[in-house]
Amino acid sequence: MRRGWLRWAIPAAVLPVLALLAYGFWTNPREIPSPLLDRPAAAFTLTTFAGSPLSLGSLRGQVVMLNFWASWCRPACYEEAPALERTWREYKDKGVVVVGIDIQDRDEAARTFLAEFGHSFPNAPDPAGRVAVDYGVYGVPETFFIDRKGRVRFKHVGALTDELARQRLDTLLKEPS
Amino acid sequence: MSRGLAEVLATLLLLAGAAAAAPVDEKTVHDVAAQLRCVVCQSLSVADSPSETANQMRGIIRERLAAGESPAEVRAYFVEKYGEWILLAPRKSGFNLLVWIVPFVGLGLGFVLVALVLRRWSRTAPPRAPAAMDPALRERIRREVSEMDRP
Repeated sequence: MRRGWLRWAIPAAVLPVLALLAYGFWTNPREIPSPLLDRPAAAFTLTTFAGSPLSLGSLRGQVVMLNFWASWCRPACYEEAPALERTWREYKDKGVVVVGIDIQDRDEAARTFLAEFGHSFPNAPDPAGRVAVDYGVYGVPETFFIDRKGRVRFKHVGALTDELARQRLDTLLKEPS
Repeated sequence: MSRGLAEVLATLLLLAGAAAAAPVDEKTVHDVAAQLRCVVCQSLSVADSPSETANQMRGIIRERLAAGESPAEVRAYFVEKYGEWILLAPRKSGFNLLVWIVPFVGLGLGFVLVALVLRRWSRTAPPRAPAAMDPALRERIRREVSEMDRP
């Protein structure tokens, strides 16, 4: 009777490993929850492509949609660009500011990108990548939604759509300031 | 002429200032970078990755060290922004301890298993004495073999 112990010992050893592997395959390794949610958004002071100063502190009291992008980021940044401008036009009189931060880019290419889509909201380069790391950015595009109290509330990885922007902004605008 | 001299002096002062403000040991920068995961790579550290992101991160590490932060504080800054995921080696505390202990426990169990199996094999296969052969059969085999040798 003692000989039978291997018959269950092997499955008992293999099954947990298989379960762990299966779990690993079902999860998306690129989907990592941001530790920044519900925490105060990191302050930054940059100079826009138009040459004016841009700081998060000066936008306190407004809902901020902070978008990280780059001109080399194809196709996602190109897909979402028209939606960003549409969102800005729809919400700029409702207490929302759309801010674009261009990372790891060349000045000329970035300006061409902005001109191509006619972006009229403030956009600034982040030449040393400090703001990107402050926001724990993995890649572009990533969009952060900051509430009136200056806390990061939502993060979206990948191309943004009108619907998603609207949904997030409406939620934040409904909250008492 | 005096303006040129002033410019040279200003440049020298700037250089001296930069040198004084950056007493950062590149080895320390590398050590911190080697513990951080490059966020745009697969399984590469910030020290090993040639990507622009990693390059900028090394710049930030250098900058923070130059500002007087300790390597542990710089590491904590990255963990604060990216979560523990950014650390290539999980911290040896709490639930993470499992990751450090389980491989050794598994190795130990494996040795025990191999030892048990080996012991059973050596026990279940005792040297068997050759069975005694029927003298009549032995005689027949001998006869037939010698007949085969004949042309």
